[in-house]
Amino acid sequence: MQTPIDTAGPCGAETARGTPGAVSFWREVATLAWKDLRVEIRSREIVYTMIFFAAMVVLVFSFAFIRQGKAVGEVVPGILWVAVLFAGTLGLSRAFGRERESDTMRGLLLSPSSRTAIFMGKAIAIFLFVITVAVIVVPMIGFLFGVLEPAYNANGGLERVGLFDHPEQLALSLILGSIGFAVVGSVFAAMLMRAKSRDVLLPVVLYPILVPLLIAATKSTFSLLEGDTAEVWFLLEFMAVYDAVFIVIGLWVFESLVIE
Amino acid sequence: MKEKLIWVCAALAVVLFAITPTMIFTYAPMEKTLFFNQKIFYYHVPSGFVQFASVFLCGIASIIYLKNRQGKWDDLAAASGSIGLVFSAMMLVTGSIWARVAWGYWWVWDGRLTTALLLTTVMAGYVLVRKFGGPSAERLAAGLGIFAMADVPLVYFSVRIWSGSGRQHPKTSAVPSLTGEMRLTFWLSVLTFMLFFAVLLVTRVQQARTERILHETREAALDGGLIE
Repeated sequence: MQTPIDTAGPCGAETARGTPGAVSFWREVATLAWKDLRVEIRSREIVYTMIFFAAMVVLVFSFAFIRQGKAVGEVVPGILWVAVLFAGTLGLSRAFGRERESDTMRGLLLSPSSRTAIFMGKAIAIFLFVITVAVIVVPMIGFLFGVLEPAYNANGGLERVGLFDHPEQLALSLILGSIGFAVVGSVFAAMLMRAKSRDVLLPVVLYPILVPLLIAATKSTFSLLEGDTAEVWFLLEFMAVYDAVFIVIGLWVFESLVIE
Repeated sequence: MKEKLIWVCAALAVVLFAITPTMIFTYAPMEKTLFFNQKIFYYHVPSGFVQFASVFLCGIASIIYLKNRQGKWDDLAAASGSIGLVFSAMMLVTGSIWARVAWGYWWVWDGRLTTALLLTTVMAGYVLVRKFGGPSAERLAAGLGIFAMADVPLVYFSVRIWSGSGRQHPKTSAVPSLTGEMRLTFWLSVLTFMLFFAVLLVTRVQQARTERILHETREAALDGGLIE
């Protein structure tokens, strides 16, 4: 399978051999995402550091929020998403820093693949990094904060369901949250790649934009622990809308924003 | 013509800034429950209007700039971004003072307040990016402007889900329900602020344009080897 060589154009347009535009576009995206993953599988630099950093965040929060062996208040959702957010930011700047240091972004931009494909490839790679971190951090938080099993109050009534009692909702919230983060994060990290104080500016511009997603994600984990499934579905829908809006805007603006 | 119009606007704004405080304190009646504290409303709400206007102006100018790459749209976006930040700060400060007197708290996590705070942080990010973004700051800022505009409804909606607190910011319907003298004073204040906003905007755009032309001339001179 050879990658078509003349697919320049906004959306992976027609190729000489008549491959349908959409198919060749997604093939490009897959190639680009696989490139990032292959680099990562060989070095494991980003995922290892992200996981370790997220674990550190959770540990620091444990020392801050556990009094006499019990968590003060309902802190689990906040800790989970803050850990994912912080580790994700670290991963973002590393993923784009790698391109900058070895000057490969120029190569990517000069390659015949469209810029939208580059964006999608990067976003998919970042999404996979973030979801890997989430998959490791969630059980860790459940373990450290004692929310793995359901809790009962003194009368034997159900006070809180276990973290994994609705696995499909938990998985969906992690996936939708990571997608939103990866999409918005990739746009801003790519934009800031050549900026002077990029490491400081990335969180400064990224976090306010991510707040709606973060609110919905935290609230969904909170409702998940309360066993309020209807509320969780509603919040998941909101997260899906957020993701859809910013995927569209990201695809639209990325082409004119990425700077080399 | 354009120059003259802005001087007229400036003069009007000066006159109105002299008239509105007098009207607020003498002409408009006391509010029945909040008494004297409600007076800050006549400056607080117009600041909020200006913030919203500037966020959307900044977003729309950013979209046009990314589409046609004409520097004048970038100047407009830059001007409305920085002015929006000033008015946001003004709204937050006046709102906070009012909240302290009316509710007894400097800050409550109500939907509208939190949305305003988040918009302010986005605008602060915008100004920071413009200042420290490096060589391609204007494109970067344009991207941020578009994202900020798209974020406004999502922020508003999500914050409302999230807060659900008992103590609530007055509903928007408070404005149409204003009566006679209060209504006139309020809309005159809005006009004052809008005129002030327009004057600041035009001045800032001209400043940004001069800056840009100077920069371009310098670049051209460097390319031509006229200066070192």
